Amino acid sequence: MTDRKLNDSPLDGAVKVIETAARVRRLVLEKTLQNQGGYLSQACSAADILVTLYLRLMNLGPSTAPWVPRPFAGAPGPGNPHSFTGAGYNGPKAPDLDRFIFSPVHYALVLYALLIEVGRLAPEALEQFNRDGSTLELIGAEHSPGHEVTAGSLAQAISQAGGIALARKLRAETGRVWVFMSDGEFQEGQTWEALAAATFHKLDNLRIFVDVNGHQCDGRMDGVMGVEPLLQRLLSFGIDALEVDGHDVEALAAAGTKVKPGCPLVVLARTDPCRGIELLRQRPGKLHYIRFRDEAEYRAYEQVLAGMEEEIGRLAWRS
Amino acid sequence: MEIVKRPHAVNLVRWAKDRPQVLVLSADLTSSCEADDFRAAYPDRFFSLGMAEQNMMGFAGGLCREGFIPFVHTFAVFICRRAFDQVAMSIAYPNLKVRLLGFLPGITTPGGVTHQAIDDLALMRVIPNMTVLECGDATDVESVLDLTETIDGPVYIRMLRGEVPRLFAGDAPMRLNRARLLGEGRDVALLSSGICTEEALRAAAFLRRQGVGVHHLHISCLKPFSDPAVIQAVSSVRSGVITVENHSIIGGLGSATAELMAGAGLGQRLIRLGLKDRYAHGASRAYLMREYGLDAGAVVEAAEDLLATSFGARPQDLAAMPLPGLFDANKAEDL
Repeated sequence: MTDRKLNDSPLDGAVKVIETAARVRRLVLEKTLQNQGGYLSQACSAADILVTLYLRLMNLGPSTAPWVPRPFAGAPGPGNPHSFTGAGYNGPKAPDLDRFIFSPVHYALVLYALLIEVGRLAPEALEQFNRDGSTLELIGAEHSPGHEVTAGSLAQAISQAGGIALARKLRAETGRVWVFMSDGEFQEGQTWEALAAATFHKLDNLRIFVDVNGHQCDGRMDGVMGVEPLLQRLLSFGIDALEVDGHDVEALAAAGTKVKPGCPLVVLARTDPCRGIELLRQRPGKLHYIRFRDEAEYRAYEQVLAGMEEEIGRLAWRS
Repeated sequence: MEIVKRPHAVNLVRWAKDRPQVLVLSADLTSSCEADDFRAAYPDRFFSLGMAEQNMMGFAGGLCREGFIPFVHTFAVFICRRAFDQVAMSIAYPNLKVRLLGFLPGITTPGGVTHQAIDDLALMRVIPNMTVLECGDATDVESVLDLTETIDGPVYIRMLRGEVPRLFAGDAPMRLNRARLLGEGRDVALLSSGICTEEALRAAAFLRRQGVGVHHLHISCLKPFSDPAVIQAVSSVRSGVITVENHSIIGGLGSATAELMAGAGLGQRLIRLGLKDRYAHGASRAYLMREYGLDAGAVVEAAEDLLATSFGARPQDLAAMPLPGLFDANKAEDL
């Protein structure tokens, strides 16, 4: 399988990714402050991975979805011709274009912020975030911008992506299927079932990036039910996997192209759930969902937000 | 009575021949679910996914989103119990045209409690967008795939395998949300499904000899369940309603009938025959049907209860009841 060449010079591409990821983190922190809480650490860990996918790895066409998202049109069903998915924000479906399957959908705000920062979604769309009747739900589903499948019951997206990848193989399409996952999903048996099936059926059009941030709802994964050493586990299952620093944007971009023919690819991106927001390190233990303890802490995060804006200004000047 | 060998195996190969979008997914029970002939005929459209049902449901959903029509073959327990969340979220929520073929319904297997799907209809009925069908004879098996073509959404089919009797005329296909009329009468309404219909036919024949008017319907569609013929049957009888099913009395035909009757304001007694909120175990079908009250004797007893009488039916009397000829759906349609 040949890969599309990275469409920019490595240096320019890396700078752009770093700046865009910083903007995504800033937007997620801003929204988290407005909402008095939210899934914040996920932006810290995953922004570099997701921005690398969108800007440097995935071959997506321009968005076909409304600039300002439509409200929820009801669940799919025989009596509802109006239901839709959010896949159009990732461009049209075409044989040569890639597809993106977003698995840990409690990261939804990170994806919405990313879509805004890469020009696929109106900035004002975030006003609908977590509002009744909106598709920009707190935990995304297939109608949410950038989402194609209903993935909130974790580990189900990789199987659905496997089915999509198999279908595309059957049709001899050249486009690939990219999956973004979280490391907690490797506690679910279904993840391993899916990897076994994708390997057995030689789905080398399937490329999976995992945000290995070591945290889950109850706290640190190694205290809940550790899955390490994850790379060795994958390799011993006969799965083509590699590990990179999830904040090294050059390494992330390079990893996505290191595909063995006949093998799906798993990239374990080792990440820091406090990346870009050092203040989060003062919270030992649980980082899954941030609630501000008191006014003083809220003010401290407002100061962080101001600092992030200055940092983005410096990055923008560089690029 | 004609016994048809492996009707699904034969029908699937014939039916899928000119339908290239039809795929079969299997979880290590390929010949056990009569998909082996399909595998031999169309190896490029057969996908072995191993003993990993949760993943298989997701693959089915993904394939369907891309325009294929996956026919998932495995035992009913592994579709409905083991992979319930995946069926609900990866298939039913997006209203995908995945066809779930659940084999070994109820106590049709000596495989014991792990293999006996006594709750599958309840579990599938509760899922929005899901259509729920159950085969009761070879004609049902041979016509149910055609029926799925009219359904734009997921379908669960309680399937029969092996040697299957033919109760209904071959040119009288299963129809969506339409009961098969097997006999008319004004005393008792008898609604039977699946393998219990053959037993119900014997019971009805016996009861008619005792002068009891039995209005007998075979139910092959558990959801939707709004056939006016059922409401009419329930409302036209004097002494009450009996349901008999190869399933728990909670959540299947008995429950669906109770819901329908209550919704229509039909105040009748209702006796639900089936597994009475308990598990079975591994034994022969005939033994289990007798032991758990799914057989002709249980139906006669229920009628005796409704009519406040006793016919003194002996098992050999019921076993000797001749089954009527094949039932013609066209006749049923007129009524």
